[in-house]
This record gives sequence, C-alpha cells and structure tokens, in this order.
Amino acid sequence: MRYGYRTSEYENLADLYEKSRSEGFGDEVKRRIMLGTFVLSSGYYDAYYMKAKLFQKRIAAEFDNAFNEVDVIVTPTVPSTAFKSGYNLADPVKIYATDICTVTINIAGLPALSVPCGKDNGLPIGMQLIGKKFDEQTLLNTAFAYENIVGGFGEIPEV
Amino acid sequence: MNYEMVVGLEVHAELNTDSKIYCNCKNSFGREVNSQVCPICMGYPGTLPTLNEKVVEYAIKMGHALGCRINPICKQDRKHYFYPDLPKAYQISQAEVPLCAEGKLDILVGGEVKTIGITRIHIEEDAGKLLHDESFAGSLVDLNRCGVPLIEIVSEPDIRSSADAKAYLETIKSILQYLDISDCKMQEGSIRCDVNVSVRPVGATEYGTRCEMKNVNSFSAAVRGIEYEYARQIEVLEAGGVVVQETRRWDDAKGVSVPMRSKENAQDYRYFPEPDLLTIVVDEGKIAELKDSMPELPNVKLQRYVLELGIPQKEANSIVDSIEKSKLFDECINLGGVTPKSVCNWITSDISKYMNETGKSIAETSINAKRLISLISVIEKGEISNAAGKIVFETMLAEDKDPAAIIEEKGLSQNSDASALEGLAREVILANEKSVTDYKNGKTNALGFLVGQCMKASKGKANPGMMRDIVTKLLSE
Repeated sequence: MRYGYRTSEYENLADLYEKSRSEGFGDEVKRRIMLGTFVLSSGYYDAYYMKAKLFQKRIAAEFDNAFNEVDVIVTPTVPSTAFKSGYNLADPVKIYATDICTVTINIAGLPALSVPCGKDNGLPIGMQLIGKKFDEQTLLNTAFAYENIVGGFGEIPEV
Repeated sequence: MNYEMVVGLEVHAELNTDSKIYCNCKNSFGREVNSQVCPICMGYPGTLPTLNEKVVEYAIKMGHALGCRINPICKQDRKHYFYPDLPKAYQISQAEVPLCAEGKLDILVGGEVKTIGITRIHIEEDAGKLLHDESFAGSLVDLNRCGVPLIEIVSEPDIRSSADAKAYLETIKSILQYLDISDCKMQEGSIRCDVNVSVRPVGATEYGTRCEMKNVNSFSAAVRGIEYEYARQIEVLEAGGVVVQETRRWDDAKGVSVPMRSKENAQDYRYFPEPDLLTIVVDEGKIAELKDSMPELPNVKLQRYVLELGIPQKEANSIVDSIEKSKLFDECINLGGVTPKSVCNWITSDISKYMNETGKSIAETSINAKRLISLISVIEKGEISNAAGKIVFETMLAEDKDPAAIIEEKGLSQNSDASALEGLAREVILANEKSVTDYKNGKTNALGFLVGQCMKASKGKANPGMMRDIVTKLLSE
C-alpha cells in the first residue's frame, strides 16, 4: 500500500485488500465504490451505466442549445444557504440532492464558478455562473463585472 | 470414439517502442527494479494517461500483416481487477471495439497451407512483475513493466493439432520480427501465449466446452499443454463426465494442468470506456500508408520458396528466419541465371557457417548478390570446380574482389573443354598400357589411377567429373 492505511494483520492477499479497504475508507467513499461497482457489474451495465451515459449526452445537448441564446446561465450554487456545522449526514440521498446544481455542470462538461450574492438570515447565498465549453474568459469577465457592480464581496461572515 | 481437438490461441507481444504506452518512461527490459517508472505508470492519484501513437501504428501494421480490417475509430476501456502488480487496479485495454478485426493467417505445415482466422488484435498496457526471494516471506513488486505496450492477437478456434499450434506461434513470431515491432524473446517475457482447448467428436459441428490454460512459457510448452488438455478432456468425457469451463494453470515441470478458478469465481472485469483517453481516430490515408510500407512477409516468402521455387521447407525456414539471408536470397533469385537450389545451398551452408562462426553479417563482407550469382554461375557452367569455388568464397569474405578477378589471380579456372580433355585422356591411356589392361581385367581401382594421372597431366585444371567420364568412355571403346 503506497498511500495511507495498511491493515496490520491478514492471512492472504484478498484478506489484506479487504481489511485495509474496510478499515481505511470512510463511509462516503465506500458508498461511492459500491455504487460504481454495481452499475458497472455484469448484467447491470446497460440498465444503469449505459443509460446514464446517454442521459449525459442529452443533458449536454440541452445546455448547448440554451447557449445558442445566452452567454452565461445563472443558478444558485446550492439549493439552500450554508449548512449548519454538525448537519445531519444520515440521509445520503438528501446530501446528494444538494449537489444538484454543481453536479449538473460536471455532467454537461461545462465551466462554472460560484460567487457570494447576499445573505439570508445572516447565512451566505452562493450564485453559480455557468459558461459555454472552453469559455472561462466570459465567466471570469462576468463575475468580475458583478463584483464591481456590488462593490466587492465583502467581509467573510462569522461562523 | 475419435475426438478432434479445437484450439484457439491468444498471443500477447510487447512492442519495442521507445516509450511506454501511456507515459514517457523508457520501454526497456532488465533495468534495476522500479527505476523505469513515473507517477503515471505507477498509478499515482491525479495522473492522466496519454496514448503513444507509435503503438497504434505498430498494431495497425500487424493488422495489415494478418489481413485484418482496421477500425478507423476505436476506444480504450478499463478492465478492473485487483493484483499487486496492477497499481491502478485496472488495466487500460480494448473491449468491444478493437483496433483490428477479422483477419487470417496462412501457415505452412508439412508442405500444406492452412488458414487460421484471426478474431482481433487490440492494444493494451502490461502490468508489473512480482518477484520472489527466499529472504522475504512474500512477494516484491517491480513496476518497471507497468505501461509497456502490448498487442493481443486472438485467433479463431481454427487450430486442429499441436503441430499446427506451434507453426502458428512461430509464424506470428517471425512476422513480428520482420515488421520489427517486437523482439519476441519468450525468455524475457516479450511474447506470451494463452491456450484455449476443447474437444469434440470427429465430424461434429458444435463446439465442446473449452478450457483456457495460462502459464504456457514456450512454444514447445504450448504443444505439451495442448496434448495434455486434449487427453484430459477426452478422459473426462469417456468416463461419462462433463468438461468444466474453467481457467487452468499449466505446470510444465509436472506436465499437468490444474484448475485456477472456476466459472463461479470468474472475474467480472466491469469494462467501461476509459474516460481519460480520447477516441482513437486513424485517418484512411495513414492506414493506407502503413499498408504500403509493409515488406513481403515471412510466411508469404516461405510459401513462395517452397511451393514456387522448390526449396525444401527446412532450408526455406532457415533462410526466412533471417531477414538478411532472405534479402540476399531474393536478390539472387531476381538476378537469376542459376538454380534457386544452388543459391539456397550456398546461403544455408557456407554463408550461415560464416555468420555463425564470426557473429558478423554478410553486409560486413564484400559478398553481395551479384558476386554470389557470378560465383555460382561459373561453378554451374563447370568453369571452376566446387573446391575452387570454396576458395573464391573464402577470398571474397576477406578481400573486395569479384569472382572473375580472384579466379584469374589464383589460376583457378578448370578445363571443361571436352575435346581437350579427351586428347589428354588418350595420351594418358597410351602411356599407361598396364593400367588399362588391369582395368579391363576387372581392377576398378585402375580407373582412379588413370584419372589421377590425367589430373596430374592437366596440372589439376581438368574438370574432375568430366575427366572421369571421358576416361571411362574411352576405356570402354
């Protein structure tokens, strides 16, 4: 094991892999490994991975279409304000749902950035600017213009 | 019940490119452990592979050599499994869309041409190596070989005997060497083979269950493994059992194969397209250019030598096996004027002897096709004797002279003028009455004596064969 943890006692190679990974990986990592392995496994590839790839093309095409009309698309970065520390991590699907705006741009293969755009009850709100493929320049220009219009991004709020 | 064997072979050949397939590391064998490595081939997090174009070119050349259809668009895929010599825990390979597909290879076995289908050729990266040492109670990992480019050549199950399998493997090897894309040193692991064997009753059209056999480390081990598997599977069937589909390991020392993993434990490689690499797109012009650059292939040469020029297969093989010898042979045949068999003889004996003894190539001597043809020609015409021919040859190895010049210089020409020799023979016969009488009385040695006297009288210049014939003829008058 080159990086990080290696279990101290094991009987054979399979045991070494199993124990090191079980003991060393955190819950979210394990979750994702299991999901990834499942969607690629024999008999499930077409139903999950292949379908997802086709959807990816569809999503990317829809954005492409939209960018025929506009230069920048604006969304919230996250569908809520900042999480409270100690936020309940028990429901992973709920957590994944908060990624909806940012994961989408990864799937579509587009550049994006996030800037502060105000507060709600003292908690900051993030605004995501999405640009055309390879058009980081427009994004940066837009964010810069916005920063100037609002007079800077101000002090970092107290936690 | 008679069974026939059905064999398919998978050959992995390491390509001799300068760099590895996905990184800049040098592609060379035998370096100090873990010295030919970088973050990419060691699979460090955050690294990205970049495809070495030469690998694609070499694979396409092999595709052309095996009559394959080259796929102008193809992709690379991840093949997942865990093993200490595979740092990324996946091998980048090609799954459903290989670079080359649907080819064929003609092999010559015992003077007969057999056609073996080629299913596909694809590119992939090699894994590292595990080393074992008594001082260490485990295995040591050497990643030097990670990322060395491989082509995998998969045959159709068209092979029907272990002898054909060996011929197939040897032909693949000679083509790889002719194309100069692999050095094919089985002892260095640059060419490897997995064997698939099944059996079925003679005349049956359906295939039996096949077993894959790994750890076949030489072509002759492949022959032994195939024979063993054939016998083992028949034994199972004759006893009323069924052949289990499994992967087995060949143990050459013990001469047996043992199960490695069964179908239940079969690996699920979870293939998916490698997202870090671009689609491989080769333009038709490049594909055509590579096809045009192909030399005449060794198996085609072999067939031409044996079937058209009448060279015995064993000698033909030894000429074809050497790019230099076959080049010289072809040049001589092109110049023409002598029998192909004579050219073959000179190359397989005298020239080969020189090359073996000195380790040098013919290119380092002053012998070339023109001079060789010239030499063979004067011998065939009887202008010099075979013995004199050898002298001319030896001289040409050291001195930059034409045969004609050497013959003149050393006075090697022999007299093959029938009337002159006859005149000489008559003189000798007249001068040796007793020997003539002895011969006529049944003493056959006397002939030898008389011929010897003729040779002496001619100062060794008479064509000995001709001399003997003339003397014999005169004595019977």
